[in-house]
Amino acid sequence: MSPSLLLIQGLSGLAHAMVLFLIASGLSLIFGVTRIVNFAHGSFYMLAAYLTYSFAAALPLGPASFYVAVVAAALATGLVGLVIEVGLLRRVYRAPELYQLLLTFALVLVIADVVRLGWGTENKTGPTAPGLAGSVRIAGQLFATYDLALIVLGPVVALVLWWLFYRTRWGVLIRAATQDREMVAVLGVDQARLFTSVFVLGSCLAGLGGALQVPRQALTNVMDTTIITEAFVVVVVGGMGSVPGAFLAAILIGVIDAFGVLLLPKASLVMIFVVMAVVLIARPWGLLGRPEAQARSAGGSVTAEARAIVPAPLVLALVAALVVVPPFLPRFHVLVLSEILIFALFAGSLHLLMGTGGMVSFGHAATFGLGAYGAALLLERARLPMLVAFALAPVVAAAGAALYGYFCVRLSSIYFAMLTLAFAQIAYAIVHQWYDVTGGDNGLLGVWPPRWLASPVRYYYLALVACAGGLALLAVIGRAPFGLTLRAARDHARRAEAVGIDVRRHQWAAFVVAGFFGGLAGAAFAFLKGSVFPNYLAVPMSVEPLVMVLLGGVQAFAGAAVGAAIYKVLDTVVTWYTDYWQLVIGLILVTLVVAFPRGVLGVLAERRRA
Amino acid sequence: MPEVVLAVDGVRKSFGGVHAVDGVSVALERGEIRALIGPNGAGKSTFFDILTGQLRADAGAVVFRGERISGLPPHAIWRRGISRTFQITATFGTLTVLENVQVARLSATGRSLELLRSAGHQEVGRSAELLAQVGLLEQADRLAGVLAYGDLKKLELAIALANDPALLLLDEPTAGMAPAERGALMALTAAIARERDLTVLFTEHDMDVVFSTADRVMVLHQGRVIADGTPAAVRADRQVQAVYLGDDL
Repeated sequence: MSPSLLLIQGLSGLAHAMVLFLIASGLSLIFGVTRIVNFAHGSFYMLAAYLTYSFAAALPLGPASFYVAVVAAALATGLVGLVIEVGLLRRVYRAPELYQLLLTFALVLVIADVVRLGWGTENKTGPTAPGLAGSVRIAGQLFATYDLALIVLGPVVALVLWWLFYRTRWGVLIRAATQDREMVAVLGVDQARLFTSVFVLGSCLAGLGGALQVPRQALTNVMDTTIITEAFVVVVVGGMGSVPGAFLAAILIGVIDAFGVLLLPKASLVMIFVVMAVVLIARPWGLLGRPEAQARSAGGSVTAEARAIVPAPLVLALVAALVVVPPFLPRFHVLVLSEILIFALFAGSLHLLMGTGGMVSFGHAATFGLGAYGAALLLERARLPMLVAFALAPVVAAAGAALYGYFCVRLSSIYFAMLTLAFAQIAYAIVHQWYDVTGGDNGLLGVWPPRWLASPVRYYYLALVACAGGLALLAVIGRAPFGLTLRAARDHARRAEAVGIDVRRHQWAAFVVAGFFGGLAGAAFAFLKGSVFPNYLAVPMSVEPLVMVLLGGVQAFAGAAVGAAIYKVLDTVVTWYTDYWQLVIGLILVTLVVAFPRGVLGVLAERRRA
Repeated sequence: MPEVVLAVDGVRKSFGGVHAVDGVSVALERGEIRALIGPNGAGKSTFFDILTGQLRADAGAVVFRGERISGLPPHAIWRRGISRTFQITATFGTLTVLENVQVARLSATGRSLELLRSAGHQEVGRSAELLAQVGLLEQADRLAGVLAYGDLKKLELAIALANDPALLLLDEPTAGMAPAERGALMALTAAIARERDLTVLFTEHDMDVVFSTADRVMVLHQGRVIADGTPAAVRADRQVQAVYLGDDL
């Protein structure tokens, strides 16, 4: 490969890095000050891109239209941010952090469908930037002038941000709040206004990134999800809350991305996650991040008041109904019911990590996928009988969880979550690329149970035994010394260490147990569908159980099952009636979070107490 | 000769350029109750954190019952018989008062990784006994997160006693309590310590509590021990008076 080609590739990586920096700096700022992990940040970026497209077409300003459109779109996105912050987020700042996460996830769904409604699903090609449309010759190669302009613009924006943070009173407050939020509140700063202004600035930056991206790529409906993962990687690698860190990491990730495509096209999907995993293992707070000021209050996201326990007779009645009713149901309902059971177990396994252990995993899909692929491969490649494959698959998942859990438990909070995501993405990439074994994106087909088990009702009973049994075991584990110890470590890790508890060792064990049951759910799902695909390990599969646990209420183990049932039924019913199911579900989730800021069971428990 | 339970030799710890603990040596004898006093920022909590493994010393050695323990993680040090309470009370907020002690008992008996037996009925008797000792038994079923401050201090004491420690480190055990309560809690602690032949090292700002409870008092100032002796001797020490009254030395 010629040096000039490498140079060009590096430069285009740099141009991408600048857009990435704009988005990531906004995300990092918002997290640093408000502690909100804003999943909807990528949606702001997408929205701004579409707005720029429409504004540029509508404005009668000739060549200036595009540039005015860029600014207008960035400001409009800031306005959207303002409405969301004041109208929604402000209501949940006091709720456990996880519910804020659920809310921003709901916004992702809503904005995705708003974009589809407004602009359709076909890809759109935006205008070029007047005056910068051509290319220049660098070292004998052609390079887009616009990209060159971006490379200049990026540092300019970085300098403006630096000036804001280090030369204005507002900037001092932001830096102070990023270091120690409680202290700033004590000093009598108007927190509400600070949070709003930061959220608006962050949204504007996402909008600017999206607007500037318009001449570089076709507009699609999936721009939001592709950019948000990349932006999170940048933020975490740089260190949450650090704008210089985001700048450095954006360049690192952008350039690695560009060369990755060139040198190792097969590994391009996973490269940035490998980099993130390596950085986090070596530097648990990212390149330029600092450890958070020690939390002053114990208990984390789980509050002392709400501890919901579902009465035993109710559970028995439910189990009885699950045994007796299905033979009388239509085939489709039986299949849906099987799926609900499987996801109840999947969510229940995540609950052990999240609820009992206080470890929020963004990568729980890895266990599901390892279980599903484990089952399929043991059946098809190792030629084991179906029930044996079914029984061994969870062991495969537990082994995988043991491997990556070893590294994850060394980190905390958002860094922990992102490392779990990195490992899930690495597993996804392996499954996706290893055609000879996994069939790549064709998946593996014909993963069916033997004939005597194959009817939906018969398989349902197998799923019932596996999933209800798994849930029962998880419930027992939650109440056993191990569960009690995990809760203690979650409430106060230092105190736990000071009563002889090796916190990491217990958290690691929780990973293995959760991996086992997540794998059991994955295996059950593989045989239900008769096939396995890489998307079993993809991000949405990690988000779904997260939403289920939060929806049901993280305090109660039963919340996972309740959340799974609500989510799956909603999903099935809404998809039945409309193409815009994301919009409907998103709005329902928003309403639920605002109405039940501790999950359904959590709020019911509080009502009963009152 | 009385048995030395804890021997600390030349322990140092600095943060940036600040020498928080600057060469502290001390020997605690079995059964004694020693107070560690000094103005705010003297290095008391840092010293405690070093003894219990929460911080790693830059230099020096900590020897407990003949074994060098410096560098061990907190959970390993606890298993060897050193227990502590924290300056800012540290309990498990979403667990009941009883469960708080149970979890420590389960850890002490090596059962914290047990998966399949309910914890509900394990170690109840022993835990209840500890709660009764500190006077919290009536509150056993309440969540620790809703306890009054003084009760949290008592709960911490019960948790700290759960592994039958040989050495108890109490970091401001009565801070934030009403004066009457303070005396009562320290009297209770001292009684428990005498009964179990426990060695106690505690920090405290309330001088009444210090001089009525401690057998010996040592004074830390700017990371160094400036006095160490009987309460009467320390009270009479000119350097100590200077530190506390703010006179120039």
